[in-house]
Amino acid sequence: MIPPAFDYVRPASVDEAVRALADAGEDAKVLAGGQSLLPLLRLRLAFPELVVDVGRIPELRGVRDEGDALVIGALTTHHDVMHDPLVRRHAGLLAAATETVADPAVRHRGTLGGSLAHADPAGDLPAVVLTLDAELVAVGPNGRRTIPAREFFVDYLQTVLAPDELLVEVRVPKADGWGFHYEKFHRVAQAWPIVGVAALVRRDNGHIAEARVGLSNMGSTPLRATAAEQALAGAGDPDAVARAAESAAEGTRPSQDPSGSPEYRAHLARVLTKRAVLTAAGMG
Amino acid sequence: MTHIKVNVDGTTYEDEVEPRLLLAHYLRDRLGLTGTPIGCDTSNCGACTVDLDGATVKSCSVLAVQADGSEVTTVQGLAKDGEWTALQRAFHERHALQCGYCTPGMIMAARDLLRENPQPTSYEIRQALEGNLCRCTGYQNIVRAVLAASGQEAPAVAEEVTA
Ligand SMILES: Cc1cc2nc3c(=O)[nH]c(=O)nc-3n(C[C@H](O)[C@H](O)[C@H](O)COP(=O)(O)OP(=O)(O)OC[C@H]3O[C@@H](n4cnc5c(N)ncnc54)[C@H](O)[C@@H]3O)c2cc1C
Ligand code: FES
Ligand code: FES
Repeated sequence: MIPPAFDYVRPASVDEAVRALADAGEDAKVLAGGQSLLPLLRLRLAFPELVVDVGRIPELRGVRDEGDALVIGALTTHHDVMHDPLVRRHAGLLAAATETVADPAVRHRGTLGGSLAHADPAGDLPAVVLTLDAELVAVGPNGRRTIPAREFFVDYLQTVLAPDELLVEVRVPKADGWGFHYEKFHRVAQAWPIVGVAALVRRDNGHIAEARVGLSNMGSTPLRATAAEQALAGAGDPDAVARAAESAAEGTRPSQDPSGSPEYRAHLARVLTKRAVLTAAGMG
Repeated sequence: MTHIKVNVDGTTYEDEVEPRLLLAHYLRDRLGLTGTPIGCDTSNCGACTVDLDGATVKSCSVLAVQADGSEVTTVQGLAKDGEWTALQRAFHERHALQCGYCTPGMIMAARDLLRENPQPTSYEIRQALEGNLCRCTGYQNIVRAVLAASGQEAPAVAEEVTA
């Protein structure tokens, strides 16, 4: 479990970090909390020549209120995200899902930005930012750009970030007044979801006016259950929700692994969508 | 080689280390602090848990260079003048260990919980220890020891599992 040798730098600012990445080209890796990168290095599944440790760049940490959105620094740890009063108040779905990630020691180190940049489809948070219609802000040698969550995830462990781009913040529109729930199915206490479902529901007069449903681990990227979202509009009772949830796995391509077959995952997506939406809508 | 300065259990060390050196290996192999064991290759078991600047981390999942300038507390730094802490005594008195391999990590994780939540319920203790695996005890006595350390009586078994 000894990682391969690499060089190490610890820049003090975003500009310095981007310069280090640009100079090193494809052979550099960003190190944030290290809770995905260090296991990969130890198993010798990654061989960077240079590790750029962004863990001590103060401007990358913390949560601020920008009116209709929260801006969360990429280096904000899972622990800080789930305890942050602004996140709990305006983006409860993110706080609730983050509580289910890993265990306390991993949450003390692992970061929101790291989880998103890592783009593991079995991660809990990619589907959550997709459901919240968040935007991701990256800085590279040519400046800053804002990427909608639905354009950010490209494939298994792949995002639109260039090797010399740093994810700096996540902009989460406030979801005040929306009901939310994250329903995660896993075998042991500390684990990635076999399937996870994020639900965000706006109610009007006892009916679901609008619903958003995000799926973890139902394909090579996080997904929105678009067909179920459409079918949920107007649902006014648990039976209608259950019928709408039947289309939750439409258009998905879940994987086959020791935790489950694609058919089993599709079944889970339907059942968990029903549960997540009922809870989010207060009908559960 | 990278120069680091780390305070471990009250002593400051300065060393030249390879960037790839894990904090767990630095503690064990360079400083001889073998009270912190390594139990897995996958960051799952929690045996290697230490306190880094006031929060638990898995020392197998942190580079020694990342701890530069920090304060580390291991299980070996808890006792004062040879006197165990209440938590350590509770583990001993409640038979919260058999082989003892998981014990340093369990104690560090439980200590982290009790700092934030001095009177946790059994359920909260189980949640706080979810990243620490014990292959021997079945966890019951570990939960009871943490309850005892926080001055609480262990509830009846049925209540304990569901509470
Ligand atoms: C035992 C264990 C259990 C876990 N359980 C879960 C779980 O249940 N659910 C879950 O979702 N996750 C889980 N995780 C993963 C955890 O959430 C990680 O913290 C997270 O995936 C990565 O965040 P990090 O900050 O540690 O990133 P790192 O490990 O530092 O980096 C991960 C990747 O992202 C890149 N990167 C990081 N930050 C940036 C940035 N700002 N800009 C550009 N690139 C960047 C790195 O180069 C690397 O490729 C678990 C991890 C462990 C060890
Ligand atoms: S040795 Fe660190 S988690 Fe197992
Ligand atoms: S006492 Fe043996 S692993 Fe816990």
